[in-house]
Amino acid sequence: MILDRRRMTALIGQGGSIFVTLFGLLILTFVIGRIMPADPVRAIVGEDATREVYETVYRQLGLDRPMWEQFFLYVRDVATLDFGTSIRTGQPVLTDILRVLPATIELATFAILFGAIVGIPLGVLAAVNKDRWADHLIRVFSLMGHSMPIFWTGMIGLLVFYAWLGWVGGSGRMDQFYIGLVPERTNFLLIDSAIAGEWEVFRSAINHILLPASLLGYSSSAYITRMTRSFMLDQINQEYITTARVKGLSNRQTIWRHAFGNIRVQLVTIVALAYGALLEGAVLIETVFAWPGFGSYLTANLLIGDMNAVMTCVLVVGVIFIALNVISDILYRVFDPRTRA
Amino acid sequence: MSDTLPPQPKPKSPQWVTATGNILRFLFRQPPSAFGLVVLVLLIGSAVLAPVLATHDPYVQDLTATLLPPSSAHFFGTDELGRDVYSRLMHGSRITLTIVFLVTITVGPIGLFVGTVAGYFGGRTDTVLMRLTDIFLSFPSLILSLAFVAALGPSLNNAIIAISLTAWPPIARLARAETMTFRRADFISAARLQGASPARIIWKSIVPMCMPSVLIRLTLNMATVILTAAGLGFLGLGAQPPLPEWGAMIATGRRYMIDSWWLVTFPGLAILAVSLAFNLLGDGLRDALDPKQMHRR
Repeated sequence: MILDRRRMTALIGQGGSIFVTLFGLLILTFVIGRIMPADPVRAIVGEDATREVYETVYRQLGLDRPMWEQFFLYVRDVATLDFGTSIRTGQPVLTDILRVLPATIELATFAILFGAIVGIPLGVLAAVNKDRWADHLIRVFSLMGHSMPIFWTGMIGLLVFYAWLGWVGGSGRMDQFYIGLVPERTNFLLIDSAIAGEWEVFRSAINHILLPASLLGYSSSAYITRMTRSFMLDQINQEYITTARVKGLSNRQTIWRHAFGNIRVQLVTIVALAYGALLEGAVLIETVFAWPGFGSYLTANLLIGDMNAVMTCVLVVGVIFIALNVISDILYRVFDPRTRA
Repeated sequence: MSDTLPPQPKPKSPQWVTATGNILRFLFRQPPSAFGLVVLVLLIGSAVLAPVLATHDPYVQDLTATLLPPSSAHFFGTDELGRDVYSRLMHGSRITLTIVFLVTITVGPIGLFVGTVAGYFGGRTDTVLMRLTDIFLSFPSLILSLAFVAALGPSLNNAIIAISLTAWPPIARLARAETMTFRRADFISAARLQGASPARIIWKSIVPMCMPSVLIRLTLNMATVILTAAGLGFLGLGAQPPLPEWGAMIATGRRYMIDSWWLVTFPGLAILAVSLAFNLLGDGLRDALDPKQMHRR
């Protein structure tokens, strides 16, 4: 790959726009966290603190300074990765988040695998059978996944598959019995238990992740299915497909090798974006399944009004989102020869 | 003078009535969008007629009749305070409809305004407005709504404000993309040569052209709005008890779920049905209003 001048300016432009978006993100979290009605001092000192205590904390938070100065301090804190301390846990917020994030990543990764494994073939199937009953069925199936309130499906799933049928583990990441048995190294339970050779814990963890991950995956498969279908339709309508058919290739080869081969790049970007969207469902499903991840951490802090922790969580989600966008962009450039003009 | 008048042409119905009629007929021909329409009519019907349809007062507690399973006296059973779940669902439809309506009439105009202005003027205006849009788009909408509600304090009104604040960017993006496609079109230049002001061109020529796709998007959006509102209610950040909001009903029913399945099942089904209906309707509208997309759907 040669970096000519046009590509350089394009790259710089993109870097600049990422920077601007990040900066905007900071303004937004600053505005929500400091200026909106909730009183950050009250959240720390409680309702019946004396006036002196209130004023001291007020000054400690720097709320007596002018707005621009507060913002400047906020940016400085963020730049040095100092996000303050969580009121609830007493730990630095960043430490907290890094501790809970692996649980969510584990869940989301299983979910996206499920979503892609179900969604992509269904999308291809729907495109090949356009306007026939298979297409209609798949359309309803994927719209259902898109329309269901995931916290509700989670509860119904627990009721049916755990309480009644006993096919999967209940809430949490593993059975109560195993908690604390495996030393925490990476906080990815599956990896930790595999390293420690605790296969029973590993099995328990798999049992527990199956239900929430497949429900989450189902909801994201809706999007993947729709996009796959429309990408495939674009390909199938083109002349090279007719050529391939005339050449005498089997239907399976035409569809999977030729048409599908051409949409792989687009699919990678779609899956990357769907992964980001999973974070949203993760917040709700973690609450239902008592999954000790990012979502549970966020909601627990929301309910006690710990704005510092909440805004950091929002910032982290925003950064992950932007990062996924950039990654999908890069993947597109790497895999699609046409963008290498 | 002859007293026979020349045959009067039949009074023609205005154009939009015929257009609406055509669209409705189109929607009813397809089973999925017909289902969407029927559910929507049921929702509006139960919201309007809630006091008539409800068999009980949604707020009156009856501690002698708590957690009763569905029966002829209580169609969907009773909750932990002996309130009739069916009647609460009926009244809850008013809350759902209010949220959807308020969010849509806020988000539609804001999105249209930002999008058409950015698309029409281009250049620096475009850059600034689209950066702003991108910043909002760089969060999943539920997370951003959560943050807003956390700052404003949990209540139904704040949930509506929060959802509106997060739901306009996709509309703006869409309106901008539409505007860009015919910004250089002849009819726009013609209007400009006649001396029309930018405001007039945007309002009279561009906004109507954007309407179909924006309407489709808004309809699909309503499904998301309902899910987000229910999610906020579920987390205790939206409508507060004793309001019979569906998400909040699920949250309170959760504790009794194992023994009293009806507490969470029926509100959940209601949310699912309404959100599915809006999705199907939006899909159908796309076919009806946007023939370009017909082959992809």
